[in-house]
Amino acid sequence: MDQDVVLTARGITMTFPGVKALSNVDFTLRKGEIHALMGENGAGKSTLIKCLTGINDYEAGEMHIAGIEGPVKNHSTRDAQNVGISTVYQEVNLCPNLSVAENLFIGREPMTKFGTIDRKSYNKRSQKIMDDLGISVDVTQNLENYSLAIQQMVAIARAVDMDCKVLILDEPTSSLDEEEVEKLFKVMRMLKEKGVGIIFVTHFLEQVYAVCDKITVLRNGNFVGEFTVEELPRVKLVAAMMGKDLDDLAEIKGESVDYSKSEMEISAKGLAHVGTVKPFDLDIHKGEVIGVGGLLGSGRSELARSIYGADRANTGTLKVKDKEVKISQPIDAMNLGMGMLPDDRKAEGIIGDLTVRENIILALQAKNGMFKRLPKAKQDEIADRYIDLLSIKTASKETLIKQLSGGNQQKCILARWLATNPDFLILDEPTRGIDVGTKTEIQKLILKLAGEGKTVMFISSEIAEMVRTCNRMVIMRDGEKVNELDGDLTEERVMKAIAGGEE
Amino acid sequence: MKTRKMNSNTVLLLITIALFFVLYGGGCIAYSGKGFTHLQTFLNILITNAGLICVACGLTVVMLTAGIDISVGSLVAMDCMMLAVGMEKGIGAVPMCILIIVTGVVFGLVQGFLIGYLNIQPFIVTMAGMFFGRGMTAVICSKQVAITEAMNSTFYSWANAKIVLPFGGYMNNKGKYMAPFLRVEVVIALIVLLLTFLMLRYTKFGRALYAIGGSESSAVMMGLNVKRTKMMAYVLSSVLTSIGGICFCLNTMSGSVQQALGFEMDAISSAVIGGTLLTGGVGNVIGTFFGVLINGTISSIVKTNGKLASSWPNILTAALLFLFIVIQSIFAAVRAKKK
Repeated sequence: MDQDVVLTARGITMTFPGVKALSNVDFTLRKGEIHALMGENGAGKSTLIKCLTGINDYEAGEMHIAGIEGPVKNHSTRDAQNVGISTVYQEVNLCPNLSVAENLFIGREPMTKFGTIDRKSYNKRSQKIMDDLGISVDVTQNLENYSLAIQQMVAIARAVDMDCKVLILDEPTSSLDEEEVEKLFKVMRMLKEKGVGIIFVTHFLEQVYAVCDKITVLRNGNFVGEFTVEELPRVKLVAAMMGKDLDDLAEIKGESVDYSKSEMEISAKGLAHVGTVKPFDLDIHKGEVIGVGGLLGSGRSELARSIYGADRANTGTLKVKDKEVKISQPIDAMNLGMGMLPDDRKAEGIIGDLTVRENIILALQAKNGMFKRLPKAKQDEIADRYIDLLSIKTASKETLIKQLSGGNQQKCILARWLATNPDFLILDEPTRGIDVGTKTEIQKLILKLAGEGKTVMFISSEIAEMVRTCNRMVIMRDGEKVNELDGDLTEERVMKAIAGGEE
Repeated sequence: MKTRKMNSNTVLLLITIALFFVLYGGGCIAYSGKGFTHLQTFLNILITNAGLICVACGLTVVMLTAGIDISVGSLVAMDCMMLAVGMEKGIGAVPMCILIIVTGVVFGLVQGFLIGYLNIQPFIVTMAGMFFGRGMTAVICSKQVAITEAMNSTFYSWANAKIVLPFGGYMNNKGKYMAPFLRVEVVIALIVLLLTFLMLRYTKFGRALYAIGGSESSAVMMGLNVKRTKMMAYVLSSVLTSIGGICFCLNTMSGSVQQALGFEMDAISSAVIGGTLLTGGVGNVIGTFFGVLINGTISSIVKTNGKLASSWPNILTAALLFLFIVIQSIFAAVRAKKK
């Protein structure tokens, strides 16, 4: 083995029932290297990582780690930690009911001479670790008191503090805002200096070029190649991931249209939900794609939730198609022709133990009333139509949805709302955690829906994609609607509006 | 130092403790003429509920992992029957107690293995354990067996030993000084309580229980040995139940198939009133201890009153459980809103 190499995997092969998840995949990680693992949804990134960390049991191939004789095979996360592989996942895998310090130290607590855990010492060490990373928290507080972003940082701090040789970051940035991402990058570079090898999985291309040295690309479970960042510019990377050239990053929006004359779809006056959204006025016309921008936690989702009745509005009036309505829960909104794709698909979206078909027809069934069962033939037809329309990658429509990759799950939920044929569709982070190709497909789909006379509210952390798809944008800051942008949207304008000050 | 914000779980615990004092104080005011104010009344609550304290500590441990153990009531009955029949056959008190603990370990290992390693629902596994325990009690002996001095003088002397306290006595109406006393089983129960408290707070095992209850998948990801920890939680529950069974037997001095019926529900309700969440990850044995005391106080008040039907404690416990569940969900809602 090469002197600098800390981890090699050769010929890793793994099959799930009906799907070949990985075939003959190689991966090499060197000391002090940030190595991006790229691929579309279902390309096998997560599967490969789970093989390295002992969660999946691969059938063929072997793995070597510097300093250890012979092939290494992990059978649990614990094994992986013991050989120096730590992982931070997209969903925070910590315990909300324990303190920050306990989350950092659980399972490896320092002991007192009486054989009990030494709370004082680990509280002190935890505070130092968090301070060193520049994150201000009180480590004795329970984790659940902090934001998702802070929790993510705690997860990274935990991995880092375990003296790992290999740090795997599996889409750690999807729930972080820009400033937090910068902070994470700082930490990553710091670790790189120390000689830690980092495997970085992300869907944000610009992040790859911001921190990474090497890129390994997977496609459909196959190894495409290992490249240095210099030899694989953005467009080539996307082409390597998708296996084709693309028009996708180009402009997809057509001529801008003035919608102010078309009929009113939604009109809110002074709508507010105490504690999350301050009173706002908003008019949305038929056929518009309206973007809601702002930093994470600025009240973007909450604005949508108060319209949809997920958070019942305390004050103000809401008109739908020029009729004043009272929406006190989501089913009311559904009956008025609205649909909402929530941002937290794990908690509010997918039902893992139901099949793809059942997940897709769920909202339509709820709208029809639980006692009027949709005929099976109709269900099949709907499921097939949307699997085809959104090109959902699944073994069959009777596959359990939890077996699908994240992006495909997201598409299923989108299909669920499309199936109810809503006039007004709210999409909260519909493209989070999915690859560029699918992202573009979803963006195109949004425009297509608008073209068919539907109205879409589009919420995203990625300004670029909103600029590409929306014809008007609402900007939120601290729970308040601070601006409305129309005309020629550019990233710069939106960014300035979010940051505040003059446009 | 920074001022620490009061945790909502601490508030829940304080409510439980306050409720106990309110109930007990109310009893003292209402029934002072009937001797409710005597220290012995309180000590009697401890004596009657010593077994329950041990069992409820065990249940708190499994409930922290988001599990449940409903086999404890019939295990207590089985323990009492084994003790009674064993002593009838002339086996010594110490070997019998060791046998009971060993039975608890085996019982817990089987249940824990099924739950931890084979991932079977705790409710189902321990329900099987419940039927087994109750059935086995009847197989050992279907009659009621009383433990007498003639059978085993050692056990008899343990049961009748009075640990007299040097304070808090009173003169009875014949002018005789009545010194307050405790029984052996109370000392055992309090030691169990203290050890469980320390275990939960200061050992790796204890913290792992909380972690599993908070998020089992995270606990796996953080490299904790979830399977073994869960199994050990059920072993501990059965062992503490066995100790509780001995305490219970010291109090009743008999074995019977009908004994300790619904005991598991008493233990669960004590833990819940004490602030332990069925969803896991929240709670501690101090709360559980006060939960037991609250249940004991209710029974004691009803008994002192003398006129109320004996089913009133059930209704009051129901009301309290209801109250606590409502308070807990309000707290949870407030917490969710703050985020």
